[in-house]
Amino acid sequence: MTGTLTFEPDDPINAFLTTCRKAEYNNGPLSGIPVAVKDNISTKGIETTCASKILKGYVPPYDAHVVSLLRAAGAAVAGKTNMDEFGMGTTTENSAFGPTLNPRDTGRVPGGSSGGSAAAVASGMVKMALGTDTGGSIRCPAAFCGIVGLKPTYGRVSRYGLIAYANSLEQIGPMAQSVTDITKLFSVIAGHDPRDSTSCDRPFSHAPSADIKGLKIGIPDEYFGKGVDPAVAGIVRKAIAKLEELGATTVPCTLPSMQYALAAYYVTCTSEASSNLARFDGVRYGPAADAKKSWHDAYRDVRRQGFGPEVRRRIMLGTFALSSGYYGKYYAKAQVARANVRADFLRVLSDVDVIAGPTMPTIAFKLGEKSDPLSMYLSDILTVPANLAGIPAISVPCGISEGMPVGLQIMGRHFEDERVIDVAYAYEQAVKA
Amino acid sequence: MSADQVIVGLEVHCQLDTKSKLFCGCSTDYRSDGPNTHVCEVCLGLPGSMPVLNKKAIEYAMRVAKALNCEVLTESEFSRKNYFYPDLDKAYQITQYDKPLAEKGILEIDGDDGEKKIRITRIHVEEDPGRLVHMGNAERGRYSLVDYNRAGIPLIEIVTEPDMRSPKEARKFLNKLRATLEYLGVFDSEKEGSLRVDANISIVGSERVEVKNITSYKGVEKALTFEVTRQKNLIRRGQKVERETRHFLEARGITQSARSKEQEHDYRYFPEPDLRPLRVKSWVADVVLPELPDARRERFISQYGCSANHARTLTGELRLANFFESVVAPDPAGLSVPAATWVADTLIGELNYRSMSIDTLEPPAFTGLLRLLMAGTITDKSAIEVLRIMLDQHLKGETAETPDAIVARLHLAKTSGDDGALRAAIKEALAENPKAVADYRAGKAGACNFILGQVMKKTRGRADPAELNRLLTEELQKGA
Amino acid sequence: MVTEKDVEHIADLADIGIEEGGLAPFTQQFNAILGYFDILDQVPAGDIPAHAEVNVMREDTVAPSLSHDDVVRNAPASENGFIKAPRVMQ
Repeated sequence: MTGTLTFEPDDPINAFLTTCRKAEYNNGPLSGIPVAVKDNISTKGIETTCASKILKGYVPPYDAHVVSLLRAAGAAVAGKTNMDEFGMGTTTENSAFGPTLNPRDTGRVPGGSSGGSAAAVASGMVKMALGTDTGGSIRCPAAFCGIVGLKPTYGRVSRYGLIAYANSLEQIGPMAQSVTDITKLFSVIAGHDPRDSTSCDRPFSHAPSADIKGLKIGIPDEYFGKGVDPAVAGIVRKAIAKLEELGATTVPCTLPSMQYALAAYYVTCTSEASSNLARFDGVRYGPAADAKKSWHDAYRDVRRQGFGPEVRRRIMLGTFALSSGYYGKYYAKAQVARANVRADFLRVLSDVDVIAGPTMPTIAFKLGEKSDPLSMYLSDILTVPANLAGIPAISVPCGISEGMPVGLQIMGRHFEDERVIDVAYAYEQAVKA
Repeated sequence: MSADQVIVGLEVHCQLDTKSKLFCGCSTDYRSDGPNTHVCEVCLGLPGSMPVLNKKAIEYAMRVAKALNCEVLTESEFSRKNYFYPDLDKAYQITQYDKPLAEKGILEIDGDDGEKKIRITRIHVEEDPGRLVHMGNAERGRYSLVDYNRAGIPLIEIVTEPDMRSPKEARKFLNKLRATLEYLGVFDSEKEGSLRVDANISIVGSERVEVKNITSYKGVEKALTFEVTRQKNLIRRGQKVERETRHFLEARGITQSARSKEQEHDYRYFPEPDLRPLRVKSWVADVVLPELPDARRERFISQYGCSANHARTLTGELRLANFFESVVAPDPAGLSVPAATWVADTLIGELNYRSMSIDTLEPPAFTGLLRLLMAGTITDKSAIEVLRIMLDQHLKGETAETPDAIVARLHLAKTSGDDGALRAAIKEALAENPKAVADYRAGKAGACNFILGQVMKKTRGRADPAELNRLLTEELQKGA
Repeated sequence: MVTEKDVEHIADLADIGIEEGGLAPFTQQFNAILGYFDILDQVPAGDIPAHAEVNVMREDTVAPSLSHDDVVRNAPASENGFIKAPRVMQ
């Protein structure tokens, strides 16, 4: 069945930056389904801004690999969703085009950086959306908005066409209301892409199973320690208890490397970002560089005017971390720390099958609540380890605290996305019943 | 080392002759096409694009590593070199930094004092940036124009130890390197801009100066000669040689200080996260090297009887060596000796004079010319005339005649056998120059040559000198 | 600890401007974050394990390039097929 979808939703929550009012679709497993695409994923002929002024008006001449796959599966690209500028943020408040509001409580943030995609799904505007996750950017908004979000194993989904923030950490992943819809979307986008040298040959075609009898679940001390809101911790523990009812067993464990995971994450992602974002110079795309100025002056002006303060801060941090005299102290050390985090998780995952805990340490903040950068970074503590280790991680809604959704996070071994999805499915089906 | 010893090290960048670019499938054959027509999202550095390594480039680099006797690293990787320039569209160049492809090699050259081994520090692969053209003037405003066709072309960078001791040795190294790369089939030196050199030069005891932007072989010797003079002058005046980067301005033959920000760059190198490491040490064993310049030179001496000098000249460029062998192939025994002289001593000069490449002439045409010479049909002078006519026809884009056709058209065939015309010319000359005849009879040695010259003029050099001499002597004695 | 002067140097290195009056608060936030990064000093020295995937390469085949129009379409200024950029100091 082919056709054209009319997509003209009311969008009081500012989930979309661009809507494709007449979206074409083809035959295929996703035929006729409107899918929202985060605005850092290149869409041919459709403006792609990364929610930044520096890319305003940029229309890519090519589709990201996942977008080609979506189209080949018959989906209709409904529009491009709002995000924290270049993926840098935990609330979507860093968008140059205004924040997205949380559909559950419009005085609160939807999470970030894939806030627009999460809100679009949570409010029912679309059934499915693509997000990206560098340090929790799919899982955080999934948890804050009460939907399901998966960060696949690193390399399982092609990054070709994803406007890079932190190449060694990020993945494109599916966001939807149900685990079943997650798997539908994941099966379309997973698989090898020869144009992405870091992509693996691991397609996904798994029907989720709710049978988790005999599954061993690791419960890390660090995921329930100080810094995690007790109410949130309590709700997640109850969810884990549900899993035990279904036949799983829990094993307490510890991940000492967590103490430097966040520092390793921020040094790595800002370093890579400082390099990735240097290409925006107003010459080949974006708002024009001032031709009356000399090169360096013009370049500096384009960046000062085009990048928001958080982006500039991270570029500076990354430049510093890579600079002569500091590379060893910061970047090189961060890679060792990262290897330790990965080894730590693999050690635990050799004793247990999955690791469970809260996705976020709190419920969604109020808009404007977190103004201090460092305190904002600290809220990523539970999500960044999966990115550092490259392992799959899913967030599934598991309850309400103070009226706001809480997310249960399940992490697993490399390329065991199927198992991680099964655990989420088992929980989801159990509470539905 | 003597007190004013010159010390030179080179960093040579050569474009590898692959069909597609280093990290994308764009064609590398961009030189005859308009700007920005050989560009894709990858080499344009559009957001979201990603590099994929061209295997051929690595294979080519491995050939170079083996030919230069380098050690290939067990694991090498690509790194980002970060700096901001409009021709660098990602604002970083993908290159190799602390884990290059290979290191610690040798290239033997004919140094100032005999054979010399120049040490190769390292070899690595990297991408070429785009091309910048500077436009405008003070009134209209200056700006730059960028063409990204060249962005992403694979480069091999070869870095030497500071082992050269003169601008001449630097040029010899470059010539040897160029020839070696051509013989390996990985480099085409005829392609404009395919080679770029940065040189480091110092006078012993003084600071080192980097000279960038040298794009020709001759330019290297010129730039370094200028630097040697400049630096020695400073030292002689008791002034300090500044440690700095200078640019070579080819048109003016001088180097100029590069006062720009680019001098103290912090490139913030880190491993390229979009590419995977290389483990290709085992590939070396499978590399079969073709015959290289030194071996070919030896073979030209033993197989064709070339002199050492001729052999060196003829094997100094791949195309030239191939041309020579094609020319002599129909009859090596008969053609080798004259071909060596005529190609090395005559043809090259005539080609250089016209700025033409060795590919201009078809070998059979040249063989034909040599055969006419060998058969005694034309004189040396006539042969040169025929050659020049053929080359000029090529230069003007006219259909080139065969040597036989030219000889026939211009009646260049030697007048031996039919000496009537020659005798007539001699008789004329004798009649026109009674004083010279008298001088000859008086025993003045130069007189005969003078008359000979007059006859040559009349016959426009077509007379065989030996034949002419014989007949002239006859005629002169007749009259005695 | 970095000073405001250090921050200015980093901004220079990164070719990124700091707006008027932004230097002091920026330096403060910067230092807070760098202070947090100090925990990396406690990471025990170690080797980074070798990467599993190596030698990811493609064949030397030519693929179509973008059309000239596609290349220059997003560029704010072009001239005779070239893309225009602010002048680079010679």
